Amino acid sequence: MPRMKQNGKQVYDWFQHRLQLEGPVKEAALHPVPRRTASWWYVFGSAAFTLFFFQVLTGILLAMVYVPSAGQAWHSLNVLNHQVALGWYIRALHGWGSNFMIAIVIIHMTQVFLFGAYKYPRELTWCVGVFLLLMTLGMAFTGQVLRFDQDAYWGLGIGAAIMGRVPFIGGDLVHLLLGGPIIAGATLSRFFDLHVFIIPGLLGLFALVHVWMVLKLGINEWPMPGRLVRRSSYLKEYQELTHKDGIPFIPGALWRDLVFSAGIIAAVAVCAYIFGPIGPNGQPNPAIIQTVPKPDFFFLWIYAILAFLPPAMETPFLLIAPPIAIAALLSVPFFAGEGEKSWHRRPVAILTVSFLAVGWGTLTQLGMTTPWSPHMNAWSSDAIPVSYLRNATPLQRQGAVIFQDKQCRNCHSVGGMGGKRGPALDDVATRLTPNQLRYKVVTGGGNMPAYGKNLTAPEVQALVSFLETLHPANEAPARDAAEKTIKASEAAAAAEMHGKAPSMPNAGP
Amino acid sequence: MMNHDDQESQTPADATLPVLSSESGTSNDTLVSRRWLLLKASIALNGVVGLSLAVPILRYLLSPVKKDSYYKRWISLGSLDQFPTGQTRLAFFKNPFTRSWDGQTDNVACYVRRMTATTFQVFAINCAHLGCPVRWFPESHLFMCPCHGGVYYANGARAAGPPPRGLFTYDWKIEEETLHINAGQMPTLSNSAELFMPTIGPDGDSKCLG
Repeated sequence: MPRMKQNGKQVYDWFQHRLQLEGPVKEAALHPVPRRTASWWYVFGSAAFTLFFFQVLTGILLAMVYVPSAGQAWHSLNVLNHQVALGWYIRALHGWGSNFMIAIVIIHMTQVFLFGAYKYPRELTWCVGVFLLLMTLGMAFTGQVLRFDQDAYWGLGIGAAIMGRVPFIGGDLVHLLLGGPIIAGATLSRFFDLHVFIIPGLLGLFALVHVWMVLKLGINEWPMPGRLVRRSSYLKEYQELTHKDGIPFIPGALWRDLVFSAGIIAAVAVCAYIFGPIGPNGQPNPAIIQTVPKPDFFFLWIYAILAFLPPAMETPFLLIAPPIAIAALLSVPFFAGEGEKSWHRRPVAILTVSFLAVGWGTLTQLGMTTPWSPHMNAWSSDAIPVSYLRNATPLQRQGAVIFQDKQCRNCHSVGGMGGKRGPALDDVATRLTPNQLRYKVVTGGGNMPAYGKNLTAPEVQALVSFLETLHPANEAPARDAAEKTIKASEAAAAAEMHGKAPSMPNAGP
Repeated sequence: MMNHDDQESQTPADATLPVLSSESGTSNDTLVSRRWLLLKASIALNGVVGLSLAVPILRYLLSPVKKDSYYKRWISLGSLDQFPTGQTRLAFFKNPFTRSWDGQTDNVACYVRRMTATTFQVFAINCAHLGCPVRWFPESHLFMCPCHGGVYYANGARAAGPPPRGLFTYDWKIEEETLHINAGQMPTLSNSAELFMPTIGPDGDSKCLG
């Protein structure tokens, strides 16, 4: 036994003599960190790093089967899902690893922002981190493209449409993005290049620089209200903190990182097992137009924004907002590089994070339900509730048929079923008088097309007579406030005329 | 550098191989300046080699950037009989610019609207908003987009929703009783038409040129 130990030591020395890594490794391992940073709040960065390696590993495994060819990619994914032993599980691990990685990177970023970690002297660490976030999102988007299905295809179409809005060079950018005139083989190849070589290479490099700076500058101390960062004194104060109240990084802080990373990978494994691989959905055949493309979860908020912007603002927003957002993130440490770190005394920081979180959550929720999208099959699949047509006249029933047949239902729900693009019409008669209904149907307005040319006058009449019945039993339909007066004056006029001309026709509405 | 104090550990190995010690190689000033000159010259040499290689690399990278006319061809959509007058029909064609590994992606769909015996409108499938595939509803004479709810009238004019203009159209011509269109690339706002103020109303003309 002692002999084995001695042999081991010899081997170690042989390598150490040549690699000379012991010094730097010991330095990194034993460097003192402030005692309070050995906390569960400080585990997200290392978890993101772990997930990156996990993604590289599962990605390499997938690349053994995946074929980055527009003609074969979709089939190879199905082979992975259904024919290769546990291919589905490796795909699921990679897909869920991606979801977890984005989530952890964003949580990490929020945490370091709230802890003021971007302040002097860690400005560059923050900026590199911003690029790490962008590259992580880039990996998510390009990964979605490699899952070469209908969503990927039309997602690329959206990317090309956005590129096409760039003034002057938009057309050239579209060609560059697609590798040709349309989404095709060249497009998939270049996204494979981005997803497998370019972005992960840069991501790994930037992550190493990021960690290097964390080691060299020391981990951000636990922020205390009133302990201000000043360029002149911070380094000295930090040194005092780490030496008076510090512990060596190993084992004091590292064990939590390890536990959390293991937990995260285990969570990925469990999610992958329970929820399975993500897609692929339909074949990437642009001739199949019966599709409702949707981006992956982390891009739903952008999808939602694009539904709400007025047309005139869209191009400026798409082209100007991203650079402004990135510039704003990068500039944070430069206009707030000193001062208070504690979130207890940074109300603007708290408000910003809350605003972004609520905004992101709301937009994502909207992106999941897409209330702005017509339900393409509602007109032929969602029946009008029987109770709505009980005792209806033939004309009203004909109106209900027109309501379905002219795809009104695709945007307007009745009885809780149908599109959400326009308002639900269950009680429309309480809001609009028959004349207003007729006017709205014929001229449209807002997000409603004008049906004037698409419906005959009898069809409009039937439709309006059906819509008039849509009100709760105990609530009277809307009536023109002036109607009574008009009717009365008409009656009076008629009575006056009666003596002279009894056959005067009643003026129509 | 804040974390150095605990380093009692200057490894003995550091001392054993002084190859990279910074104390070696100092010399007098002239020698130093000559070495610096040589270093600068060698960097410049690498710069020249790099630049001369950058030209072919850039040209390779930019090879997909071509004029629209390079990608576009007149393609047949088939016999005129397939398109009854007064109706709008879905039609398909193979993209003229294609590679053997494109799989199904070179199947392109479009809508053909035949107004009279000799007048047509051929619409791209892509919504002018963000390129999603619009669907034609012959019952209501509307195109609807499943993505963000863009709606167009039968003549391609924008009816509602976020699209900044009407549907993209292809140039068409009739040759020997077949309908031909000039197509070959995905239409976007930059290659198929100028932005124009959308005409709201069913009488509006989409005014797009292919």
